[in-house]
Amino acid sequence: MTTLAVLEQRDGVLRKISYEVVTAAQRLGGTVEAVVCGVGPVQGADQAGKYGADKIVTLTNPAFARYAPEACAQALAERAKQGGYQTVLFAASATGKDLAPRVAAKLGVAVAADITDVTTDGGDLLVTRPVYAGKALLKVKVASRPAVVSLRPNVFTPVERRKAGAAETVAVNVPAGRVTVREIKTAPAGTLDVAEAQVVISGGRGLKEPANFKVLEELARAFGGQAAVGASRAVVDMGWRPHADQVGQTGKTVSPSLYIAVGISGMIQHLAGMRTSKVIVAINKDKDAPIFKVADYGVVGDLFEIVPKLTEEIRKLHG
Amino acid sequence: MKIAVCIKRVPDSETRVKIAADGKTIDEAGVKFVMNPYDEFALEEALRRKEKAGTGEVVVVCLGPAAAQETIRTALSWGADRGVLLQADRIPADPFQTAHVIAAELKGTAWDLVLFGRMAIDDYSHQVGPLVAELLGLPCVTAVSHLDIEGTKGVAEREIEGGIEVVNFSLPAVLTTDKSLNEPRLPALKGIMAAKKKPLEVKPVQAGTGTLEIVALMPPPERKEGKIVGEGAGAVGELVRLLREEAKVL
Repeated sequence: MTTLAVLEQRDGVLRKISYEVVTAAQRLGGTVEAVVCGVGPVQGADQAGKYGADKIVTLTNPAFARYAPEACAQALAERAKQGGYQTVLFAASATGKDLAPRVAAKLGVAVAADITDVTTDGGDLLVTRPVYAGKALLKVKVASRPAVVSLRPNVFTPVERRKAGAAETVAVNVPAGRVTVREIKTAPAGTLDVAEAQVVISGGRGLKEPANFKVLEELARAFGGQAAVGASRAVVDMGWRPHADQVGQTGKTVSPSLYIAVGISGMIQHLAGMRTSKVIVAINKDKDAPIFKVADYGVVGDLFEIVPKLTEEIRKLHG
Repeated sequence: MKIAVCIKRVPDSETRVKIAADGKTIDEAGVKFVMNPYDEFALEEALRRKEKAGTGEVVVVCLGPAAAQETIRTALSWGADRGVLLQADRIPADPFQTAHVIAAELKGTAWDLVLFGRMAIDDYSHQVGPLVAELLGLPCVTAVSHLDIEGTKGVAEREIEGGIEVVNFSLPAVLTTDKSLNEPRLPALKGIMAAKKKPLEVKPVQAGTGTLEIVALMPPPERKEGKIVGEGAGAVGELVRLLREEAKVL
């Protein structure tokens, strides 16, 4: 049994989420072949062996300088057809969510999308997918060959299992396509996405005004580049924060190691988006707020006193 | 501009999910159904494009049960010209089968744009749009948060981790829409009255079973009961200690 693990790169550097894909592939047993599309060698791709890839294939084409959806999909679908893989794994990242369905359609199958668990039962692949933003879990049997699966970020913690990780580079001949990325406007350096950060600090209406989010940004900085600032739907709808930061059923579902909800009451659609966090801390002035029902640790009181104190304590730890 | 907007009827985001007796679906009793929130951005964008052009047609296509006629009427009340219900009792568990049914309906018409929400808030599959694009052989941009169109050339922005991708594409195209794209309108009474007279065609469809089989729908694991560490800034020391020593996340 061979699994194809599709890795991601940006600007010629492998994205860390790729190691999660290799780790999940390794869990299925059998051989793991990792594949990445790039203009040339991808920095960090050789590390895939560290997480269990038996072989690392770089598909090269001038179109792969930036994400080229049609060219990548064609190259990967051709590879998948030739290789006779039982499973093709993607990350359910922004790119993976765009790319996986294109590849799947070329293979004549659907994507078992955004899964949080995968096991094999005899010859069948069984996956678990949070649905209704995590208010329920759907267990699905994937009967297609190959099974095309995308993995929710931050769920499959990379585990080192050193393998030889033989490298191979194949120049592929694919047209550039009708959809091309002409530019990437990057967020300020050090800005992490809420879906990928290890620590998420989210603010709600309790922050009172947009400028007050700076207290959360300071706390995020105290975590030394591992933390992102999220937001509730209420404050996004009021235009205080960008939609990219929204956590909840009509925003992002997140699974960080630590989720700190500040001034968020805990509407059901918000809880749905963050309940798979490993540890949840709630800071709210209302001791009866529903957020305390899902929080592991709660502190009741004025967030404008509590958060700066917490920032100070975290700085000491990281200082 | 001839624009198709593909919408889905889903449980409202404030729904408390109860598992039905079959152990595979939700208990729909008392559930309020709405137009999928991400589809609202698709519909709003289509209507604005048509209004700006001063000519064209916006057609709403929905795969769903008979009750989805209500969802289509809502879309018509916003200003869509006509609706098509691809009627099936159940939406397939396999999104590729859904895509086949929708693509079969869209095929043969010269659409300038086919719009979808970037995902449905019930099944979280985020793939029917790009699957339909592949089946129709059209270019596709997903999760569009900003859009400019000039003739047959389009520029879209889509959010990625830590930035925004600016994407060039050519029309006709399939686009899936994200929240920041626009501010959907509120239906006016006049529109609701007009919607009753607009054409809504119902076509029974038979979707294939596909290769994804639902084994079970389960409640998420309960989180163990948490504790209130204390009140005010004085509790922070203890909170940090617990996060380090008990939860081991610091």
